[in-house]
Formats: sequence, structure tokens, C-alpha cells
Amino acid sequence: MKVRNSIDEAINDIRDGATIMAGGFGLVGIPEKLIEGLLRKGVKNLTIISNNCGIDDYALGTLLRSRQIRKMVASYVGENKEFERQFLAGELELEFVPQGTLAERIRAGGAGIPAFYTPAGVGTELARDKEIRSFAGKDYVLETALRADFSFVKAWKGDRAGNLVYNKTSCNFNPMMAAAGKVTVAEVEELLEIGALDANFIHTPGVYVQRVVQCSGHEKRIERRTVSS
Amino acid sequence: MSLTREQIAQRAAQEIESGFYVNLGIGIPTLVANYIPADKHVVLQSENGLLGIGPYPREAEIDPELINAGKETITMIPGSSLFSSAESFAMIRGGHINLSILGGMEVSARGDLANWVVPGKMVKGPGGAMDLVNGAKRVVVIMDHCSKDGAPKIVKNCTLPLTGKQVVHRIITDLAVIDVTARGLELKEIAPGSTLADLRQATGAELIVDPGLKRIEV
Repeated sequence: MKVRNSIDEAINDIRDGATIMAGGFGLVGIPEKLIEGLLRKGVKNLTIISNNCGIDDYALGTLLRSRQIRKMVASYVGENKEFERQFLAGELELEFVPQGTLAERIRAGGAGIPAFYTPAGVGTELARDKEIRSFAGKDYVLETALRADFSFVKAWKGDRAGNLVYNKTSCNFNPMMAAAGKVTVAEVEELLEIGALDANFIHTPGVYVQRVVQCSGHEKRIERRTVSS
Repeated sequence: MSLTREQIAQRAAQEIESGFYVNLGIGIPTLVANYIPADKHVVLQSENGLLGIGPYPREAEIDPELINAGKETITMIPGSSLFSSAESFAMIRGGHINLSILGGMEVSARGDLANWVVPGKMVKGPGGAMDLVNGAKRVVVIMDHCSKDGAPKIVKNCTLPLTGKQVVHRIITDLAVIDVTARGLELKEIAPGSTLADLRQATGAELIVDPGLKRIEV
């Protein structure tokens, strides 16, 4: 029921103006095939919630070039010239969120918690106009939960029930986003029959995942190839 | 004589105690890992979801799905654990990380830190810095004492947008080691060849000199 035969089929009901969460940290753990699908589909005025915005010619950067993104919610957008150009030209809206606050806002969204207090950002411009409250003599800022019309996650292995397992540091934002999407689409490298994954080691329970697509040929581009001498 | 970048990293490594869980920031703070003595058991945290950063991989070991917060390919030490970003920042925010070492552009006399907005450049975003400085048990900033144009980076009040308010415990620069205390900035160590007069000249805030003042040893 959850398995879709292609990326295009899995995202066929996404419309202009949708809010979409995309997993990944840097270029690791990004739903690269679903992003390519959005590029093909050409939907516009998207709000994208993702820790970063890809690089100029890859990942979310390609949706910037094609002018499909209206607003970006991220913690860091450093590796992208086109981002800078569009932002300075006033063509792109941007909301910076401290990385831990971003992770927790998404977690809260999926967990039914409307808002929470965090120390991160207190006394900075990112806490401006937000409620500050003191607990045991320390100030905290109130941050609200995030949800999305669609969440795009990338997993190493998944089964037909939507249970997911991530590889190494490709986990990052994917589990919280899976829970925070009204419709969560998982692209997996390996799609397994029900019962093939060890229930002890499932990272994302299938309840959070509505659609699963098996994809091959992930590029997994390396941003900074560092080796020991 | 001022410390080189490597020597600053070397001095910063002395802040790390055996048994510590440590988060190292991007850039010079990452170099600190090179100077942790082998007999100290230290676990390095990477905020993208790893406890137990190992050395950079050999060419054949490169895994595109194993990176640090600077997006560099890395390895894991035996006993590592992997987790989500929410878990990662829960351990940061929850005070489970003993020490965060990160770079700075300005530190104020009260321990305010500015390090996420570079003047004249497009703002790239705070990443995890705002969470780290408010969550780690101890925050050490390592930076040059003065900017490239010679202006003090340790100041009475920060002029750049803040990363955190009253969050820094210690500053290690090419000229000195300075603690942020309730009484103000306390000079603990001074670089070989530097004088107190030089240092006061290069510092934009009052310095209290620790009676036990010593030379930085690296």
C-alpha cells in the first residue's frame, strides 16, 4: 500500500506553494531523487525546511536555480552563490534557525508539542520579538513547532511497511522530519519485504511514513574529501 | 612573540581532560584534535549525529555518508554511536557535553560571543553555534587576539551580532589565556615574549591580572 513505483508517482499530488521538509546535513542523507523529482515537476513557490540548501549545481541548489523556492528555513546556507544572489535581490525569503532549535522544532511538530523553551538564541537577533521566560534564574526563548505538507526523507533500508534504517551520519534530520510531515515520502536504497528488518534496529517506525520508493544510482556527492596523510 | 595557529590549537588541547566528551568547532578548533595526547580517553562529538570522531580516512576507507560538522570525510573510533540531529542537540543542550571549543570574532568582558555574522559578507547562518554555547558545560573560544587590521577582538561590548550572551568561560588567543569571571576578564597566561603593556594595548577591555600569571606553555 505504501510502496510507489516511481518518484514521479510518489510526488504527483504536490502543488505550488507547498511546504516541504527535506532531510540531510550538507549533502549527506539528502533525498536526492525526490529533489530531482521536484525539479522535473516544476512546482513553484515552495517553502523548504532543511538544515542547508545544497550547493549551486546539486541537491536543493538546483531548485534555487529553477526558481522553485520562495522561502527557505535553515540553520546554515553557506555553500551557495545563487542563494546569496537571490536573497540579496529580495527574491528569496529566509528564516535562520539555530541548528538544535531547528531539529527540536521539527521533532516537536511530529510529537504533538506546539512550542518549547530553549536557551539557544537568547540575547541574539534570532530571539527578537519572541517570548522570553526565566526558569530557575536562566532565560529561555519560546520556539514553535514546525510541520510540513510533505516530508522527504532518505533511508538506507526500508521495508514495505515504511520502517526505515539510516546509514551512519545520513540519519541527521530524517527521523524527525518523517514524523513531522503530513505526507512523508521515503526514498530508500534497498526496499525489503515485511519482516526482513530486525525490529530491534529500526530508526523510523513505519507509522510515520506514507510512501516508500526504491531508488538506485544515488550520487552521494562528497563536499570535502579529506584523507589522512 | 605570538602563538601560531597550531600552537593556539595545542594550548587549547590542554583544556581537555580524560573522560571528556568534546565538541570542536569548524576551522582551527578542528585542529585541536591533533594535539590530544594518546593517553587521554576523549570522545569527540559531531553535531550532525556522531559520538566518536576518528582520524581522517585513508583513500580506500572514505565513506560519503560519514562526515563531521565541517562536511569533511572522517572515520569512527571503536565504541562510537550514531544518532539523529534532535538527539545530538539534546545532549548538547542538556549539558552532557563537557567542553565546546569554537572560534570567535568578538568576545566581550562579560563573556558575550559574536561569531556568526562576518561584517560585509552575506550572513550564512548560525549552524549549531547558538545551541553549543548555551548548552555545553564549558565554552572555550580560540581566536587571534586582534583582527587583521589590528583592532582588538576582546572588547567591552560586542559590536557584531551576538551568538550567545554571557556564555564564554575562557578565551585562548595568540597572545594570552583569559578567563571570564564575575569580576571581569582575568589574565591567566601570557605568550612568550609578550609584555603586559602589549597585551593591554591589544585588548579592548579591562584586564585583571591573576597573581599566579604564567607564560603559555605549548
